[in-house]
Amino acid sequence: MEVEAVVDASTVRRWLEEAAASVREQRDYLTQLDAAIGDADHGANMDRGFTAVVEKLSTTEDSPPGKLLTTAGSTLVSTVGGASGPLWGTALRRAGRSLGEAESFEGPELVAAFEAALSGVVELGAAQEGDKTMVDALAPAVRALREGLAGGASLGAAVTAARSAAEEGMRATVPLQASKGRASYLGERSIGHQDPGATSTALLFGALERAVIEQ
Amino acid sequence: MSAVATSAMKKLINDPGDVVKESLAGLGAAHPDLVRIDLDNQLVLRKDAPVAGKVGLVSGGGSGHEPLHGGFVGLGMLDAACPGEVFTSPVPDQMLAATKAVDGGAGVLHIVKNYTGDVMNFKLAAELAEDEGVQVESVLTNDDVAVEDSLYTAGRRGVGVTVLVEKIAGARAEAGGSLAEVAAVARKVNERGRSFGVALTSCATPAAGSPTFEIGADEMEFGVGIHGEPGRRREKVRPAAEIVAEMTEAIVGDLDPAPGTPLLAFVNGLGGTPLIELYVVYNELTRQLADRGLEATRSLVGNYITSLEMAGVSITLLALDDELTALWDAPVHTPGLRWGV
Repeated sequence: MEVEAVVDASTVRRWLEEAAASVREQRDYLTQLDAAIGDADHGANMDRGFTAVVEKLSTTEDSPPGKLLTTAGSTLVSTVGGASGPLWGTALRRAGRSLGEAESFEGPELVAAFEAALSGVVELGAAQEGDKTMVDALAPAVRALREGLAGGASLGAAVTAARSAAEEGMRATVPLQASKGRASYLGERSIGHQDPGATSTALLFGALERAVIEQ
Repeated sequence: MSAVATSAMKKLINDPGDVVKESLAGLGAAHPDLVRIDLDNQLVLRKDAPVAGKVGLVSGGGSGHEPLHGGFVGLGMLDAACPGEVFTSPVPDQMLAATKAVDGGAGVLHIVKNYTGDVMNFKLAAELAEDEGVQVESVLTNDDVAVEDSLYTAGRRGVGVTVLVEKIAGARAEAGGSLAEVAAVARKVNERGRSFGVALTSCATPAAGSPTFEIGADEMEFGVGIHGEPGRRREKVRPAAEIVAEMTEAIVGDLDPAPGTPLLAFVNGLGGTPLIELYVVYNELTRQLADRGLEATRSLVGNYITSLEMAGVSITLLALDDELTALWDAPVHTPGLRWGV
């Protein structure tokens, strides 16, 4: 049996740094998507939040990965505002709590952490798949991660499958009519636009893939 | 597409990232007798907060709606406002700091406009405040009849009625009302108020610098909120009489006041429409009301809950009774509203 990749504090740090870089790079794109069906602030908000996360972690002593995630989540809640702050903040905090004090972990713990994140988002935002929100990317990604690992895929392959599922979910928001969040005010006019929250979610899974595979 | 270039909007700002804080500093410098500014926590506080024994009123939301909310801090209205970034809900830390700063021992009322982000952040803040021993009640405003209130939306937006809730609940608190009484009258105002907005142009957030949406010279957005977002539909601009007739029908049809019910009629500019047009709208509104056997016994006309430089107007009607009329007439002294003092 091949040696299974593990995830540790350096993987989590790399993930959040990759996420910050990706959000910064796509900031204007996210804002354009939001301008079409929301209020044109998603790129700026995510950029502000993840920049603060990277700053915060750079001054955080060596901590287990779970603690890094709860710190990152609290930082997002305190700096982002809007809906994405509480939602991503809750997601990372729940994931961190799920990981506890472990110094490193493998696939099953990662699945449990993402399931905790997803249920936190669903609880707070009350959105289901098909509502044209971040859940449309997050839920299939978590499912792909779980199924990939259950089917014997390596951690890297499972994370790639999760990223791919997130992107597919993101693209699938285009024909949907929004029923949660600010885009829901547009009624049928929200149809034909890609959801900005699902898009940033896919970016975060792309960052996770790079962090896991390039270690 | 037309040959009209997508214009960068001209703004009297320095760095887009500093707009909110610099504007708050200006508000504080202009009205030192009414408010003080906590720049670290990004708060507008009533000068004499906390007022011992009085229920504290806290509201907040994204910036870009001035004078809402910071301009309504003072005697007879809010004790604190927490402004977020432009069109972005503030964070729970701000709301918690505001709540603690205005708690005079009688509890604190959070007035929250119904937007996903505002609701979530205020919910987290209320939990944190209660952990620290401050009694908090929350009231949601959701008066926009342009949004269907159904399973298929985030519910109606909170728009114009928020100003009326802040004024009337503020008066109730100033008169010594308990937290339960102040919350009850705030909910009563929200339940008896309805709004509808139209936009003639988009607006540009300082961060984006260009209009949130493009719109033709002869077009309008029907059923907009206060965040520069498109409305329910786009159509050709028509005479004010026709637009106001349709807005009034949407509001009155939903509010369904008995003939003879006294109304507060609030004609609100979205930031880029001159008063001369707002009074044209008010004139049409009084005719529309008269046709339905209704009369405005109180009025408010001006720019009070805006969407940056968007041209457009919202109409809010509030079904008054003796209690609400007396509280509306009670003295108020804030940067944005003042009478009786």
